[in-house]
Amino acid sequence: MDAKMKKELQKTACKVRMGVIEGTYNAKSGHPGGSLSISDLLTYLYFDRMNIDPKDPDNADRDRFVLSKGHTAPALYSVLAQKGFFPEEELKSLRHIGAMLQGHPCIHIPGIDMSSGSLGQGISAACGMALAAKLNNKSYRVYTVLGDGEIEEGQVWEAAMFAAHYKLDNIVAVVDNNGLQIDGPVTEVCSPEPITDKFAAFGWHVITMDAHDFDSIEAAFAEADTVKGKPVAIIQKSVKGKGVSFMENQVGWHGTAPNKEQYEQAMSELKAQLAGLED
Amino acid sequence: MADVIKKATRESYGEALRDLAEEYKDLVVLDADLAAATKTGIFKKAYPERFFDCGIAEANMMGVAAGLATCGKIPFASTFAMFAAGRAYEIVRNSIGYPHLNVKIGATHAGISVGEDGATHQCNEDIALMRTIPGMTIINPCDDVEAKAAVKAALDFNGPVYMRFGRLAVPVVNDAATYKFEIGKGVVMREGKDVTIVATGLMVNEALQAAETLAADGISARVVNIHTIKPLDKELIAKCAKETGLIVTAEEHSIIGGLGSAVAEAVTESCPVKVVKIGVNDEYGHSGPAVDLLKEFGLSAENIVKTVKANL
Repeated sequence: MDAKMKKELQKTACKVRMGVIEGTYNAKSGHPGGSLSISDLLTYLYFDRMNIDPKDPDNADRDRFVLSKGHTAPALYSVLAQKGFFPEEELKSLRHIGAMLQGHPCIHIPGIDMSSGSLGQGISAACGMALAAKLNNKSYRVYTVLGDGEIEEGQVWEAAMFAAHYKLDNIVAVVDNNGLQIDGPVTEVCSPEPITDKFAAFGWHVITMDAHDFDSIEAAFAEADTVKGKPVAIIQKSVKGKGVSFMENQVGWHGTAPNKEQYEQAMSELKAQLAGLED
Repeated sequence: MADVIKKATRESYGEALRDLAEEYKDLVVLDADLAAATKTGIFKKAYPERFFDCGIAEANMMGVAAGLATCGKIPFASTFAMFAAGRAYEIVRNSIGYPHLNVKIGATHAGISVGEDGATHQCNEDIALMRTIPGMTIINPCDDVEAKAAVKAALDFNGPVYMRFGRLAVPVVNDAATYKFEIGKGVVMREGKDVTIVATGLMVNEALQAAETLAADGISARVVNIHTIKPLDKELIAKCAKETGLIVTAEEHSIIGGLGSAVAEAVTESCPVKVVKIGVNDEYGHSGPAVDLLKEFGLSAENIVKTVKANL
């Protein structure tokens, strides 16, 4: 990736993270940790990879995205706002009564392709979208993001079996391997490891990447493009709470909103990161 | 009655899918390793490229159906009622119901008439479960003619539909040449003034037979076929309550949460009359031939006659 593009993505990802903090702070609830761990990924998908147009959100040929780990909606809403699907101001009413932005993704929100949030379900819907592309002779691709805790759900493996059986090589499932779920480290709660071996055993082409390095992200998706006849799983090694020092690798930030003091500290850290990226 | 034609509505389902596939190009069928039993195998034989076996994985099947529907396909997700409404309930609720997607659920082997397989497969709770999902349409056809018409109506309707079919061959009571099906509209099968028997599914035929017997005893029983349990034809129910008083409901489903509950809820709001529910009581079924089980659990014309007489 050329340096200019990388810097742009880094700046956008920083703004996406600010939106996550803004949203969860104003909501006084929500899931900042896992939102921050996928902020770089979503920035890459929406600003470099996916064929989508905020002016034509229902185009039948667009790439599809399903946030299977729907609780990290703040990151998705934030990236959609950055992309222009709706005003950034909406983030401040996240989870409020009467607001457009629901606690979990809802199909009626511009830019959202599928309601999700009950874990394990998004990947199945993504499989349906990928199958529809094959049936309708469409070349769009379907991207979905799962949590590493989420893959403890049995439905994920039903879907994994299905995607491989029907050779859905137009789907890419990213597993956000930040290592933490609500009750603690995934390896202590009920270990889903070894994740790569599991997806490989289910007939998927498996790639690993560094979730916070755009060169690594780009290389992973470039490899995904070359795979034929198999679905692709990308296991991204990530840091829960990435970008906000006191949230990083802290399980407590899975589903807790920052208070005023924490909000100000988080925003000042992110602003400093953004300033550091300005020429 | 020797020349009465009998057919299982699951058979009608499979045939209707096959017969409508040419006209409805977006129709696709999903099944969960039960194509021979749900009769989607009939469709698969004619349109193999539009049939997708999901294996024994109903949760994923419902999710795949949801994804297909977001892209303009009209998926018919097919399995036994126990797994469609029971096992996959939460996926139907969150991935199909909440986004209000155009998915049709073909649930066969509903009710006690599953027979020998016994309690684990006799789903007497599916209507109750599906009724709680906002925006879900529930159709429980009574015979071959109605089942085929229901599939067509579901195709023409945009939104999630739960269709309930049976394993047991049941008499064809409607005339294919004149039959008209409208979602949400009950059908008065027989006029009467002393009591209304509100029936659904295979109990419609039992209700008609019961009305014959009651007529011989001087009791005029109206028979109403409620093929669409949600949205319920509340106007017709209120009209019947006003005109006949006593209502007896008859369904091959638990008396908790099904047709009887829906009717009772409706009349308490419009015209409170006594509603007596015939259905499976708060208990599990067990193994046995379907016809014997129906008798044992009181899902018979005889029990309708007895119940009407006891409550008039």
